[in-house]
Order: sequence, then structure tokens, then C-alpha cells
Amino acid sequence: MKMGKFKMRLYLPAVAKGLWVTMRRFFSRKETVEYPDQAKVPRKGYRGEHRLKKDEQGRMKCVACFMCQTACPAECIEIVAGPSPWPDRDKIPVTFNIDMLKCIYCGMCEEACPCDAIELTPTYNIVATSRADKIYDLHKLLSR
Amino acid sequence: MNIWDLAKIVFVIALVLQGVPVLVWLERKISASIQGRIGPNRTAVLGLKAAGFFQPVADAVKLLFKEDVTPGAADRFLYQLAPLFVFVPPLLVFTVIPFGNRIGEEHLQVANLPIGVLFVMSVLSLGVYGVAFGGWASNNKYSLLGGLRASAQLISYELTLGLSIITIILMAGTVDMREIVARQTRSAFLSWNLFGGGNLLLLPSGLVAGLVFYVAALAENNRLPFDLPECEAELVAGYHTEYSSMKFAMYFMAEYAAMITMSALFVTLFLGGWHFPGLVDPADTSWIGGLLSHGVFVAKMGAVIALYIWIRWTLPRFRYDQLMRLGWKVLLPIALVNLLVIAVIGVAWGER
Repeated sequence: MKMGKFKMRLYLPAVAKGLWVTMRRFFSRKETVEYPDQAKVPRKGYRGEHRLKKDEQGRMKCVACFMCQTACPAECIEIVAGPSPWPDRDKIPVTFNIDMLKCIYCGMCEEACPCDAIELTPTYNIVATSRADKIYDLHKLLSR
Repeated sequence: MNIWDLAKIVFVIALVLQGVPVLVWLERKISASIQGRIGPNRTAVLGLKAAGFFQPVADAVKLLFKEDVTPGAADRFLYQLAPLFVFVPPLLVFTVIPFGNRIGEEHLQVANLPIGVLFVMSVLSLGVYGVAFGGWASNNKYSLLGGLRASAQLISYELTLGLSIITIILMAGTVDMREIVARQTRSAFLSWNLFGGGNLLLLPSGLVAGLVFYVAALAENNRLPFDLPECEAELVAGYHTEYSSMKFAMYFMAEYAAMITMSALFVTLFLGGWHFPGLVDPADTSWIGGLLSHGVFVAKMGAVIALYIWIRWTLPRFRYDQLMRLGWKVLLPIALVNLLVIAVIGVAWGER
């Protein structure tokens, strides 16, 4: 605010300035998203629901290395490993449960994964009708 | 009373009362836009949303069905009376405001009192009673403080308002409302009282009087930045804290009706009433000419009110001592000096 004392006392220049600001706001873009009618588009890099990726042959990328489970600060990932049917890896997960109620959506699992197998999608409306439905299993994670 | 008078009375009442929901809608839409929101847009009549235009109707219906509470300790008689007291003056003032040129021999004005401006000033000051009664009768400390503040504020700013109206009387040389407008239609924009009423020497005085009147009008209508009587942060809702249901709606409507009347007064006294150079011909007394002049009047009122709303959503509220300082130490001297200047110029170079 670079205004002389007299100009401040006059008060009107400040009022005009304020009116100019609100006038600009009046014609600027509206921030409101009319949610149920209009889907909210999350920003780039938004961390929502998890999914497990597949490679180009349609096999899951996960090698059951437990890196994500170890990295998870909320301890919501539970992996049980089993022998791999494919020659390029030793293990694959037999169960891979993520408790979405415990998850804090920090993205540490995605960062820890050496195989780029787990990912947080921009899906934000994670809805379930029971607590059991909130625990995502291997099948559900792969089908996302 | 002939059919014309009746028609005009009904028309004026409808103009003010129907203006209220339109104003509420405008206020909500403009404030939403200024704050980067969309504003009301869900209400619909027969599937027609009309950008939330029916929202005030829904609000009114809701208020009608609410419980009408009278506090146990309230002064029942005054409590019932107060909302009427605030509602009547704005309607009453409209009787002397010419809201259009004329159709045939009928002037578009309910009653042309020879004391027009004086009548306006006396009736406007009645509005204080409603606010003070409401505050006192509620028997609630917040209401009482709100009512006290309101009466002090209204009385203080009425002086300034009155002085700037007197400058107009000096410029126009009459208190007859129709005559005041007629004098502003003599030439183009410069004959408007805001621009000196045809005398170039009075141009700065006219502008100052207009500004002072506008600021005082904001205070008279309890609008931001002068809405201390209902300052939510300190007084809950001020003088209408205890009011509910339709009585609250009466206060609410009265506030907007007062805004409509005040803007009509500003338009009449300063902005040439129904006159607009190049658009309205004062000699045209046909139906089209008359309606056009009324349209111009309403459009000007709309512009004045839009500025009201725009200012409300721009400025923060004054502190009470600042309000009083502005009223007594700034606006009143300005109005007085301005009055003196106009008087001197009028004597030295005026027509009379």
C-alpha cells in the first residue's frame, strides 16, 4: 500500500481500489464444482485408490518382495507370498490385502516398489457398504 | 379517487414489494460472483431453474411456515408493532416519487405533494422508531444494543442526508418532486443535479452533494460498511435477534424496501429521475414514451442498487467510533460547506 497520509485520509482512493479488486473477481472464473452433476477432476498426482499393475503379457508385475509392506507407515498392507509359475521371478503374492480404512494415502508403497507394480490412482470416491468391503484383495486390486 | 390513482397505487406497492425478491436474488448472485462462487441455482418452478431466481420465493415460503415466537419477557404490543413501523416508511416515501414521465395527462406519480422533499425527509426519519421499538420490546441485551446503535446512527446520518437534500433544494429552487425532475430534463446530462443542475459552476458541488448523500444513504439503510446495528460478530443479529418467522421476514423485506426507496430518491434528486438524454423525450406523452421513461427510472435504480451491493461485498465494517467520527466530523462539515458554496454561487451567479 503506497499511499500518502492525506490520500489515506481521503478514504475514497482506497475504496475505489477495493471496488476494482472485487470487480476483477466478479468477472473471474468461478471455483465452484457442482459436484453430483459435474465430476471433480483431481489434480495431477492426486493419491487415491490403489491398483496393482500388469505387464504387457497380462501378468501381474508384483514379485512379492514385501518392500511396500515394509515401507507402509500405516501398516495396512498384508502380503502372503507363494511360488511363481513364471521363470522370470521366484515369488508372486498369493494374498495381497490393503486395508483402505487404515491407509493414509501417503504413496510410500508406490515409491518403495522396485518393479513399478503398485500405483495410487486418482479415484477419490472410495465407497463400501461394510468394513469387510474396505479390505481390497488381490483380485480387486488387479481389476482396477 | 379515479381508476388511474388506484392503478398507480397498486403499481407502486407492487414495484417495491416485487423489487425485494429481485434484489435478494441480485445480492446473492453478485456476492457469489465476487467470492468466486455460483450462488443459488437449485430452486426451480416447473423445471425452470432461471439461475436460482426463485430462491427468495422458497425462502419466503420457508419463513411463512416457521414458528412465530414471541419472547416471554417482551413488550407484546410494541413487539408486534415494530416490524410494521420499519416497513411502512419506505412504501410511504414512494408516493411522492415520480417513477416516470406521463401518459396522456396522467403523471406517473401517486401524489404530487407541494412539500414533496420535506415529506420525504419527515417520513424517512420515522424508520428509526421501528428499529428502536424492535430493539427495546424484545427485552434482550443484544437487541437493545442493536436498537440503540441503529437509532444513534440513523439520527446522526439523517443530518447529513438532510443537508445534502437541502443543497438539491437550493439548486432546483423548489421542493416539488415533479418540478425537481422537470428541471433536470432541460438539457443533456449536465442538467442533472449530480452534475450541477445546468450550472457549470455548481458541478463540483453537485458531485460532492451526491457523494455525501450516497454515503449517508448507505448508513441510513444499515448497509455495509455501516451495518453496525446488526453487526453479527458483536450483536448476534442486532435489533431483530428475537424476531422469527414472518416478523423477521418483515424486517428483512423492510431493509430491501428501504434500499429501493433510497435508490429511487437518489435517482430522482441527483440522476434526473426518469430522464435520459437521447432516449426519453419529456414532451412524449404516449404510452410508449411513458413506459420508456419508467424503464429508464428502474434501470437507474438498478444501477444505484448494484453499486450498493458491490460496495457491501467490498468493504469491511466500520468500528462504532469511526462511524460516528465519519458522520459528525467529516461528512457533516463537508455537507455544510457544500451548502454554503452553493448558496453563495446561487446568490452571485444564479438565475434567482
